[in-house]
Amino acid sequence: MKLITDLQIGESLDEIILNPVSRLDLIKYAGASGDFNPIHTIDEEAKNASLPGIIAHGMWTMGNLAKLFTPFLEEGFIQEYSIRFKGMVFLEDIISLKANLVETESKKLTFNVEASNQHQKAVMNGSILFNIHSKN
Amino acid sequence: MLKNLIGKRSDKVKNTIEKGAVRKFAEAIGDPAPIYLDEEVGKNSIYKRNIAPPTFPVTFNYGFIPEMKLPSKGIIHGEQNYHYERPLFIGEEVYCHMEIKDYYEKTGRNGDMSFLVINRIGEDENGNLLFSENRVVILNDAVRKGMLV
Repeated sequence: MKLITDLQIGESLDEIILNPVSRLDLIKYAGASGDFNPIHTIDEEAKNASLPGIIAHGMWTMGNLAKLFTPFLEEGFIQEYSIRFKGMVFLEDIISLKANLVETESKKLTFNVEASNQHQKAVMNGSILFNIHSKN
Repeated sequence: MLKNLIGKRSDKVKNTIEKGAVRKFAEAIGDPAPIYLDEEVGKNSIYKRNIAPPTFPVTFNYGFIPEMKLPSKGIIHGEQNYHYERPLFIGEEVYCHMEIKDYYEKTGRNGDMSFLVINRIGEDENGNLLFSENRVVILNDAVRKGMLV
């Protein structure tokens, strides 16, 4: 496997495309995270909140996106992770996760990150600062 | 005035990072990696133990701020920022609290909106920072009025 430190500016980590979002994904995340806001799991509550249907927890998408970096945790760790939520994620949406290296400063790699849906619309974007362990 | 909330903070709450909770969480975000879940892999890793995924702190109890009656409905998550000193370790105790950093109102295309900036902090038992989290939540008018009651 390629090392994260081998990446050149402008290069990207391998993109991940998630399976279509299912209700079970969101029920599992509600249970694991403790966020039981019913707009994420119950149709009627979503409608009451003027939404066309249930929506994914923003933190579910943010949690998923971080896994782009999991293969590199032996080399370093996520030190800063900043996200702006741009759009809602609905059931059956197909979310793509991307990270592009934009800056390298000694032991710190800065990536622009984005999760987008099947209409190529960003549902969230931001940045990750990946800090390389000093012994590497 | 909701501006009065600025500076209010909760008391610290001790949280223990449990292996089972990390497993459930890692599976729920589709990231059941050995560095989180496999003891042998953890032991032989640079961390010498298993670590938790970066967004795991959403599961912690941060205590409560009596003056802040934030309902579970009608809140939009606008921004989320994490800062880590290092990854969190399975089995360790994290002392968590939260603080209201800012509150402001803006008039936009969709009417009045209110923004609440909440910091959540995790420290070790000696008070050393492990992570901090800054989130911006957007309150709709109904929520804002409800909070004033």
